[in-house]
Amino acid sequence: MSALTLNSRKASEAADGPGINRGRRRGPRRPAWMTGLLIAGVLTTLAVFLIPLFWLFSSSLKPHGDIYSWPLQWIPTSLTVDNFVEAWNSAPFDRFFLNSIVTTAVGTFLEISLAILCAYAFVFVDFRFKKFAFALIIASLMLPGHVTLIVNYITVANLGWLNSYAGIILPGIASAFAMFLLYQFMRTLDKDILQAAEIDGAGHIRRMLTIVVPLSSPMILTATLIVMVGKWNEYVWPLIVTSTSTMRTLPIGLLFLRSQEGYSNWGVILAGAVFVSLPMLILFFLAQKRIIGGLAAGAMK
Amino acid sequence: MSLAVRPHPDPGPSAPRGAEATGGSAGPSSSTPGSPGRSPAALRPRTSGQRRRRRRRDALLFGALIAPNLIAIIVFSYYPALYNIGLSFMEWDFVAPSPEFVGLENYLDLFTDPSFGQVLLNTLVFTGVSVVGSIVGGLLLGSLLATKVPLTGFAQTMAFAPHMLPGAAVGILWLFMFDPNYGLSRWLFSLVGASSPDWTTTSDWSLWAITIAYTWQRLGFVTVICYTAILDLPKDLYEAAALDGAHGGKLLRHLTLPLLSPIMFFLSITGIISAAQAFDIISIMTSGGPGVSSSTLSWMVYEEAFQKFDIGTASAAATVLLLILLAITYLQVRVGDRKVNYDS
Repeated sequence: MSALTLNSRKASEAADGPGINRGRRRGPRRPAWMTGLLIAGVLTTLAVFLIPLFWLFSSSLKPHGDIYSWPLQWIPTSLTVDNFVEAWNSAPFDRFFLNSIVTTAVGTFLEISLAILCAYAFVFVDFRFKKFAFALIIASLMLPGHVTLIVNYITVANLGWLNSYAGIILPGIASAFAMFLLYQFMRTLDKDILQAAEIDGAGHIRRMLTIVVPLSSPMILTATLIVMVGKWNEYVWPLIVTSTSTMRTLPIGLLFLRSQEGYSNWGVILAGAVFVSLPMLILFFLAQKRIIGGLAAGAMK
Repeated sequence: MSLAVRPHPDPGPSAPRGAEATGGSAGPSSSTPGSPGRSPAALRPRTSGQRRRRRRRDALLFGALIAPNLIAIIVFSYYPALYNIGLSFMEWDFVAPSPEFVGLENYLDLFTDPSFGQVLLNTLVFTGVSVVGSIVGGLLLGSLLATKVPLTGFAQTMAFAPHMLPGAAVGILWLFMFDPNYGLSRWLFSLVGASSPDWTTTSDWSLWAITIAYTWQRLGFVTVICYTAILDLPKDLYEAAALDGAHGGKLLRHLTLPLLSPIMFFLSITGIISAAQAFDIISIMTSGGPGVSSSTLSWMVYEEAFQKFDIGTASAAATVLLLILLAITYLQVRVGDRKVNYDS
């Protein structure tokens, strides 16, 4: 619709370019009413996404009375960090933070490393069963996580990894999505440099580490960010493999807060939700182009 | 690829005859890099031996490079999925020394239990509404955000923000917004002079509460993918079509929608798969309740296995989920092959 307007406008612009005079010169400008309509549409879009987020952040900063007032208090009468302090003290949030950081960092590092090795092999090393191995890895994307939940729990329990970082991290390090992203990217690399390196006697491992990885670093960074967000937000698996409060991760901490505070202390619960969300939101605002670009690339290839 | 098969490029073409350290590959032809496999007849056996060795080395290397990932996928994806099917024919509680074979009993129990019908229906509604809602809405908002008017850049960023939040935080946020006394829901309903329903604690509304929250989170993602795809459309096709006099609805029907169909296809498949596995929002907002009014298959798997310790029933439910998703994916691929336009 509006995309069409955009495109057909561009098209008529091109048609009206120098040398071509098509008589019908309505100009490249969009009618004012349509611009108005579009702006109204964008404002509505913003409202859909922004109001809930605004509500989350503003309420977490409201004093108790503001949260429970009617008519609604859109703008806090005063800002307070009491909710954050109380949330922090009502559960071992420092420990939750540490657990989330460790499992996310180590898990992401492992998953991306496996993805790099694997993508390199598929692009640069010849092997007979390549197609089959590739299909096997990509097809795993079709398996819903809930089908593997019970048996993975049994496996991890048998290995004695319940309530351990290994138990939280290891079942999640297999990589199909990141591998695919990197594979697509590495295929576009210029082969001449690699050939030159090979003639110089560089083996595969050296070529991978000194040429392919540096050249792929933009896509590696993108894949890292996407994988990281996924691990930070992970919920069902850590919920199952951990049962002690010292091993819980942040999202599970939220469940903890909610069942503890019930509906009687919204400010504290919302402050907890902000704790959990803020790191990834900050990351997103710093690197949105990369994250969106990577996901879009994954979707469109 | 072409790099892989090649006689020794090492120690240099001018190595003296006596330098047998290169594995006996002395000789005029192998010393010129760039003509693999084209050596004179006399040297062929040696060269092909080298080639075989090279190929074996590459195979080993290939194996070593993909092994960590492949093993992780087999151990933590394929094996559990298969073993899960096995468990669905057993009865077990995690505690008894070994599972007991009961044949189809778990499935019979499931399909004769009226609440399982409810769970299936809930899954269908939750998945259907969130996938259709997010794709229709995302296409609309996405084409809006692909235009150049003030604020679109900011809106593009903000639309994606919900996708970055953990589902647990989204659940908390919507739980609060649905609070009938202090939430935005009360305000919204008061605008039309009504009072807010008790969204999450009454069985008439609980399914809608989780569906709305999940759709909101998904909508941002779909919107962003849509506007990226729209901005990516080939401009020259539009120029050609405009010169031919096509505009408005015609362009939309014959150009934009066909060009976007692969994306829509992708978004619907991934949408169904992730909605059918949605868990954190449900866990935080309703825990599948009241009763089973907002329970979906994925919640049921968790509840049966890790709260009721009925492994057989949980595995059977998980297997049903697997079969449904595989069937849908298969159908979509079949239909997609015919209906979706991939050549752009």
